[in-house]
Amino acid sequence: MKLLWALVRRDLMLATRQGGGAGTAIGFFVTVIVLLPLGLGPDQSLLQRIAPGALWIALLLSVLLSAERIFQSDYEDGSLDAMALGVVPLELVVLAKAAAHWLITALPLAVAAPFFGFLINLDPLAILPLSLAMIIGSIALSLLAALGAAITVALRRGGLLVSLLILPFYVPCLIFGVAASSLSDLVTPSLLMLTALALASLVLIPVAAAAALRAYLK
Amino acid sequence: MVFTDVNFTLASGQLLELRGPNGAGKSSLLRLIAGLGDPASGVLSLTGGNAQLAIGQQTHYAAHQEAIKAPLTVIENLKFWGDFLGGGDVAAAIAAFDLDGLADYPAALLSAGQKRRLSLSRLALVPRLLWLLDEPTLGLDAASLDRLMKLLRGHLSGGGLALLATHNALSLSADVTLMLGPQS
Repeated sequence: MKLLWALVRRDLMLATRQGGGAGTAIGFFVTVIVLLPLGLGPDQSLLQRIAPGALWIALLLSVLLSAERIFQSDYEDGSLDAMALGVVPLELVVLAKAAAHWLITALPLAVAAPFFGFLINLDPLAILPLSLAMIIGSIALSLLAALGAAITVALRRGGLLVSLLILPFYVPCLIFGVAASSLSDLVTPSLLMLTALALASLVLIPVAAAAALRAYLK
Repeated sequence: MVFTDVNFTLASGQLLELRGPNGAGKSSLLRLIAGLGDPASGVLSLTGGNAQLAIGQQTHYAAHQEAIKAPLTVIENLKFWGDFLGGGDVAAAIAAFDLDGLADYPAALLSAGQKRRLSLSRLALVPRLLWLLDEPTLGLDAASLDRLMKLLRGHLSGGGLALLATHNALSLSADVTLMLGPQS
């Protein structure tokens, strides 16, 4: 556990030193949300109806934007080789990298999203369900991003491929996420489905991503 | 096929020198031993180590890629690897390659030779039975070369094993020399 924390802390430190990561994602997110009402016109009730969906789509795309880089620099500078020779199994390395990505990119977005929601007339009653669904859903999003990054780690310009590969997996997150963000209840069946997706990703993706990384290292 | 019929035995405390022209498969062989390659056939075995761990997990693999993060300082880089590899002796690593004066500089500012020293200082960071060194002398000045040889001698006299691929003459005589021929 301590060993994994060392990796998470290093990634957080790299992110704060380099900027890039979180800043780019939040900047992109804000851009989409600001442009949306300009494109759709000032129809308040229309904006309110589409607000949760628009925020979710912006979240997905922002997470996708930084997905490609999760393993890239570690692969290129040989860190991944050295990690593969560590006492920590590669599966847990994937988990730690995904956790770092979540903390740097997905979680700040999920927390900030409802506030940007005011820009598109998000119903105040929807703030709590939306936050909850986004925080839970973003776990799955970061893990899926890590899977896409692992599968394309040695490919130059793998960004497009990452998007194509993981977009189908993002669809259920989006559907259940938006459904869970409707104002009715805090705990809806959709939220439970979203939680199930997050938990399944937590278990399955480290195994799959580690297998992909091993194949590249050999 | 990069190479066939490679066979060697290395006893505790011995150094194997790996020689051969570019492309002969020196790096491939070292990666293979570390577990970062897929042999078409053959057996690698390590006796006397920790049976619970794979060979790679008892190995230091120093290659051309230095596994250094440019935005982090020298000491942060070492601390991370020390923690990640299960508790390292950062002070020993700093001392081994005289990185004292550089400790608080971001690795981005280091020269190629200094980066190589930082990368090699991982050898002193965490003790491991088998060292796989892929042209470690590249870019090192005379003083650093002496430090590397001193470190290597200490490792061997402590019963460690080392495989070293190089094109240069070493001040340390190898117990075994393995020539990898050009691809035929």
